[in-house]
Amino acid sequence: MSVDADTVRKIAHLARIKMPEERVEPMASELSNILDWVEQLGEVDTDGVEPLSTVIANQLRWREDKVTDGDVQDKVLANAPKAMHGFFAVPKVIE
Amino acid sequence: MSELTGLSLAEMRAGLKAKQFSAAELAAAHNSAVEAGRELNAYTVETPELALAAAEAADRAIAGGEELKPLAGIPLGIKDLFCTEGVESTAGSNILRGFHPQYESTVSAKLKAAGAGMLGKLNMDEFAMGSSNETSAWGNVVNPWRGKGNEALVPGGSSGGSSSAVAAKLCAGATGTDTGGSIRQPAAFTGICGIKPTYGRCSRWGIVSFASSLDQAGPMARTVTDCAILLGEMAGFDPKDSTSLDLPVPDFEAALTGDLQGKRVGIPKEYTIEGIPAEIADLWSRGAEMLKDAGAEIVEVSLPHTKYALPTYYIIAPAEASSNLARYDGVRYGLREAPEGGNLIDMYEATRSAGFGDEVKRRIMIGTYVLSAGYYDAYYLKAQKVRTLIQRDFDNAWADCDLLLAPTAPSAAFAAGDKLDDPIAMYLNDVFCVPASLAGLPAMSVPAGLNADGLPLGLQLIGKALDEEGVLNAGFALERAAGFAAQPEKWW
Repeated sequence: MSVDADTVRKIAHLARIKMPEERVEPMASELSNILDWVEQLGEVDTDGVEPLSTVIANQLRWREDKVTDGDVQDKVLANAPKAMHGFFAVPKVIE
Repeated sequence: MSELTGLSLAEMRAGLKAKQFSAAELAAAHNSAVEAGRELNAYTVETPELALAAAEAADRAIAGGEELKPLAGIPLGIKDLFCTEGVESTAGSNILRGFHPQYESTVSAKLKAAGAGMLGKLNMDEFAMGSSNETSAWGNVVNPWRGKGNEALVPGGSSGGSSSAVAAKLCAGATGTDTGGSIRQPAAFTGICGIKPTYGRCSRWGIVSFASSLDQAGPMARTVTDCAILLGEMAGFDPKDSTSLDLPVPDFEAALTGDLQGKRVGIPKEYTIEGIPAEIADLWSRGAEMLKDAGAEIVEVSLPHTKYALPTYYIIAPAEASSNLARYDGVRYGLREAPEGGNLIDMYEATRSAGFGDEVKRRIMIGTYVLSAGYYDAYYLKAQKVRTLIQRDFDNAWADCDLLLAPTAPSAAFAAGDKLDDPIAMYLNDVFCVPASLAGLPAMSVPAGLNADGLPLGLQLIGKALDEEGVLNAGFALERAAGFAAQPEKWW
């Protein structure tokens, strides 16, 4: 199993990480090394084994459907790299 | 006042109560130690004023004859993974540079409510991904212990700022977090104690998420008793974390009797891996003898899937990380890189490329790959099935024993740069820590001896779910028997 350059470009885009062209080949080899190493799990017979969903039995709780927080617009926006008119501001989305 | 920083947390608590020194003196001694210890690079942000403010409150309570809070005036370091209100919290990453949380994590809030003061934020591997504290945007943390040739050593990771600061006495104790060994391995590398409690004991609310099914907060301190005291204040139910356990918090300190009569301690035979140094294997045998002397019965047990724990972890943890770290998009907090004329996607990609370091990118890529269409079953689902088998191994072992004893790490602290070019060699550091993480079990590292180069080595105790008391008590017995008293020579 080996990851090629095209796969790295595709995964990088899915992960929304810009991958400079000179990093593509080294990343392909790093990922291949790690994935080849985890391949050893193939040796383990997992027929009929349920995937683990929780390490400790813990019933998810219900809570009353009421607002417990809010009215903190300033706090929400306090760390925004760019905020305008009480909103987060992003580059133009609609052409 | 420097001798004040050398006291254990329990001694500080007793000294304050007996008015042998004031909390202000204790805080000032620590603030000076933090300043004098900057070469260790253990702190990312120093907050001497917060330590002093808590100390003044404690002194007022002492003067007024009030009943003291459990951690009144105790100066602590807080790992940078914990969001602290108004104090920069970056998880060791450039992508969170300048982030000042508007809220406080539950665990750090509980410590503050118990009267503790915060000396500052502790350096760590970026997003807790690392075993040597060499991936932080704030630079490497240095271990106060030096190699035989006086070379600089890593403090372990990811809680390397915590381990270095505790060992160098730049705080009375510290918070750490452990996803696959990040409390225990650095504790072992620096000759201190650290416990990862059962998954769900400590609230994860306000802790920057890495791998949510594994992340757990825990204390790091110079003695087992100090860990017990801190864990008692950090643990407890939190409705804001859906995985928090709604259970009473035991009196961990009261569990420390050192008596192991009637306890069976298992030695997992699969932990005898190839290439483990003889001195670690010897220490492990000596540790078993010490527990036997404290009354325990030693039994051999088998955890057949041990060798698959690490590859399982390196599918599950990156998968969860790739999802958790999707939130760093340059919109709501942290770094934003918006290329001129670029669209929203360009901004996301440029921001994340500039903000994340190499190891974090590598893990996000692995995680994205194993979760991508066509590979999910082969990797992620397979890993979660093997995880079931690993947990089942522990369940089977508990039929024959109450606790497990193992080494914490396969080596002592190594030199900076030694394993940086080989991710898998770095991952192997956590070979003994990861199985308990995957099963959500409480586990602690206790310093038990020195290697031939005079560097600390730790032993690990793993317990049944929710049996932190058993783990701490066995740790206490081990601590007493080992009598570990070595200290790093002060060079900073």
